[in-house]
Amino acid sequence: MNLDRTFAALADPTRRAILARLSLGEASVNELAEPFAMSQPAISKHIKVLELAGLVSRGRDAQRRPCRLETQPLADANTWLEHHRAVFEARFERLDGLLEELKAERAKRKPTPKGARK
Amino acid sequence: MSDMTLKPQGDREIVVVRAFNAPRDLVFDAFSKPELVKRWMLGTDGWSMPVCTIDFRVGGKGRYEWKSPDGQHGMALSSEFVEIERPARIVHKEVFDGTPQPVESTITSTFAETAGCTTVTMVIRYPTAQVRDFMLKSGMEHGMGQSFQRLAGIVEKT
Repeated sequence: MNLDRTFAALADPTRRAILARLSLGEASVNELAEPFAMSQPAISKHIKVLELAGLVSRGRDAQRRPCRLETQPLADANTWLEHHRAVFEARFERLDGLLEELKAERAKRKPTPKGARK
Repeated sequence: MSDMTLKPQGDREIVVVRAFNAPRDLVFDAFSKPELVKRWMLGTDGWSMPVCTIDFRVGGKGRYEWKSPDGQHGMALSSEFVEIERPARIVHKEVFDGTPQPVESTITSTFAETAGCTTVTMVIRYPTAQVRDFMLKSGMEHGMGQSFQRLAGIVEKT
């Protein structure tokens, strides 16, 4: 799993639009270039980035070499990100519990001066 | 008190803020003493933290390793302390294992106490704006992450 490459590839709006188009079915580079005000070489460059990130594969058909969406890196990236947020929240909740313990231990060791003063 | 907020700052940073009902020296200890870190910095779903070593001084290194409950999966990161200001501030760098080009993030944690309650602010600085933006848009704010998951779902059905 190469998340850096996945994130870098997904950071560009044109590349995300290409992936959205490919989610409807495979397409040739020409077909992909149509809706964008971009030259075919410019689109090809974006496709190369997506290919290197494992997000797009190219068919064997020598003429068309259709592009198709590979979903595994997206699933990996998404799983990783969701996991990350959930991990943060779960850790902090556990830390709440630990801090209560530490506070109780401290109170036991040193009877609170607050009470003594009153 | 237990609400965690997560928001962007500048073009390369994410800020996580969370308040804890404890004095800041205790919170600071919980962030810097390995025997305490080991007790809360675990993963979800029963992931354990068999390795947690912290050489808590400027230039000192940390090593954190996690294992899934079945022992089949692992995750690890190495850290290095850049600034330590007890009990107010820690700056450290982090690199996860297994990334072909190491992506180093710098985390600045500050601890502010008001009336026995400590607010921890973690500023996570990513190497590029692209990485940061994707982190925010997709997973953390539940926006694009879900749409990509939906997209993946659509494709799997066809």
